[in-house]
Amino acid sequence: MANHEDTFKPGSRLSQWLDERLPVARMMHGQFVDFPTPRNLNYLWTFGGILTFCLGVQIITGIVLAMHYVPNDKMAFDSIEHIRRNVNYGWLLRSVHAVGASMFFVAVYVHIARGLYYGSYKAPREILWILGVIIYLLMMATGFLGYTLPWGQMSFWGVTVITNLFSSLDAVIPGLGTAIVTWLWGGYSVSGVTLNRFFSLHYLLPFVIAGVVGLHIWALHVVGQNNPIGIDIKTKSDSVPMAPYAVMKDLFALFVFIMLFAWFVFFAPDYLGHADNYVEANPLVTPPHIVPEWYYLPFYAILRAVPSKLGGVVLMFGSILVLLFLPWLDTSRVRSARYRPIFKWLLVLFFFTFLALGYLGSKPAEGIYVLWAQIFTAYYFLFFLVLMPIVGVLETPSPMPRSITESVLGDRAAPAKS
Amino acid sequence: MASETENPNRRDFLTVAATSWVAVGAAATLWPLIQQMNPDASTQALASVEVDLSPVKEGQAITVMWRGKPVFVRNRTKAEIEQANKVPVTDLIDRYARNDAIAETAAASDQNRVKKDHENWLVMVGICTHLGCIPKGQALGDNKGDYGGWFCPCHGSHYDTAGRIRKGPAPENFKVPTYQFVSDTKIKIG
Repeated sequence: MANHEDTFKPGSRLSQWLDERLPVARMMHGQFVDFPTPRNLNYLWTFGGILTFCLGVQIITGIVLAMHYVPNDKMAFDSIEHIRRNVNYGWLLRSVHAVGASMFFVAVYVHIARGLYYGSYKAPREILWILGVIIYLLMMATGFLGYTLPWGQMSFWGVTVITNLFSSLDAVIPGLGTAIVTWLWGGYSVSGVTLNRFFSLHYLLPFVIAGVVGLHIWALHVVGQNNPIGIDIKTKSDSVPMAPYAVMKDLFALFVFIMLFAWFVFFAPDYLGHADNYVEANPLVTPPHIVPEWYYLPFYAILRAVPSKLGGVVLMFGSILVLLFLPWLDTSRVRSARYRPIFKWLLVLFFFTFLALGYLGSKPAEGIYVLWAQIFTAYYFLFFLVLMPIVGVLETPSPMPRSITESVLGDRAAPAKS
Repeated sequence: MASETENPNRRDFLTVAATSWVAVGAAATLWPLIQQMNPDASTQALASVEVDLSPVKEGQAITVMWRGKPVFVRNRTKAEIEQANKVPVTDLIDRYARNDAIAETAAASDQNRVKKDHENWLVMVGICTHLGCIPKGQALGDNKGDYGGWFCPCHGSHYDTAGRIRKGPAPENFKVPTYQFVSDTKIKIG
């Protein structure tokens, strides 16, 4: 996609002077104005832009919140209330940041699901996909570290449970897990020392994410966007310039997304959180029912579905890491699930499985919930490790259009030499 | 003709030596950056606490803090001790005593988890060995689980009256810290 026409013309003598020395405006024009986008993109392709917006919102609100927040175990909880009640517009900034984390994950799940459905992970987009999985992992780490900072009961016990996951390594090399956990905590239990370092890392990781997002977009602009039919741009009539076509569509979707975002911020700022996090952390009392933030629930369900401590941890991390191998697990030559009659339904069942695991993760780990969590966990791995490679070989794809133009215009496009 | 290609060993040696030295330097630089995250001197200072046991009546329990962790101290009833003694070690999920004061391989019998002549006192770090929650069972009204000891509500681990794991995902018995009886009614933990 790097070989499209360059229509950049420096407008003033200053910009011409700059263009001869550092052609950054030319690069931006080439990548975000002239850049050819498939003419058949649907609204699911607007979530990349929405996610970039979310990252920006989190970084900006985060930087100003850090001007008022105190990363100390005696003062953290009160400083959050101080922000909400006393700091000018603190109520707004804190809500935008807290709700923003949830909205970020809403958008990333849609974005990943879109990639799965339309086969956006397949050659030549393997690196693009892997960078995306890395961004997702970094997001999860950042979200987890950030949830620690209010130092409520769920913060404290969430950290305790999640950091203790590493102690399962004691089953591999005795003492290793405990040593790692002590190192992470900076003590023999979760304490103010832990809070302080988590704050430091929570401030760092978003900039790491921004860096990897840069690489993700770079990789995208080398191979070009996938599209609903999964056939690459072949001729000029298959594409439209990014500006104004894709840009306007992205902006429209973004505004709709911001409306949902704003509804939560102004009308239900705490709806996505947990009431127990408004009780200050108490190392002597564990809340009766510990749940992570909603966006981790499917993985929490997988963790608890396994009766062995190490086994649960391995499957939980494995359920995310398996995504890294998707480009090679899917053996089909057809990208888009639209033309894959069997795979499409297996994938829909997978989406249902993911939602079901999310529901089960919010329930106590007992009785029938555990059994269902085990069934859905089994399908989660069966889908990626068994069905995906086999179905790709066995399935007969349904008839496909020959080009993007044909898929959009049908017969009217037929005779054109294009 | 004494060119480098004729005698590559000397050049190889220099390359390998230089690279190794760079690796040593990098590791030495990294070490303080990693080590600073481990428990600092103030945390490590072996804080010990003395606990007065006289107000704890038979069947009651108290929780004290030691090194930032809760320590369960339970004055067990005769029935509870008997119940713990009846269980053969071979029936246990974790067959080791997990008592810091005795050998690592000691069996998880009830005697190995308490002090001789003070069998009614069970002193343990009250942290579930699964993922670190504080189990229920200290207060009188608490759910004590299927084995009359402690129950962890987080992921459903049941401990018996000797603090041994009997059911659920936790892999180990509650850990018994080192402690001494300073007098008949006072212990020093740590």
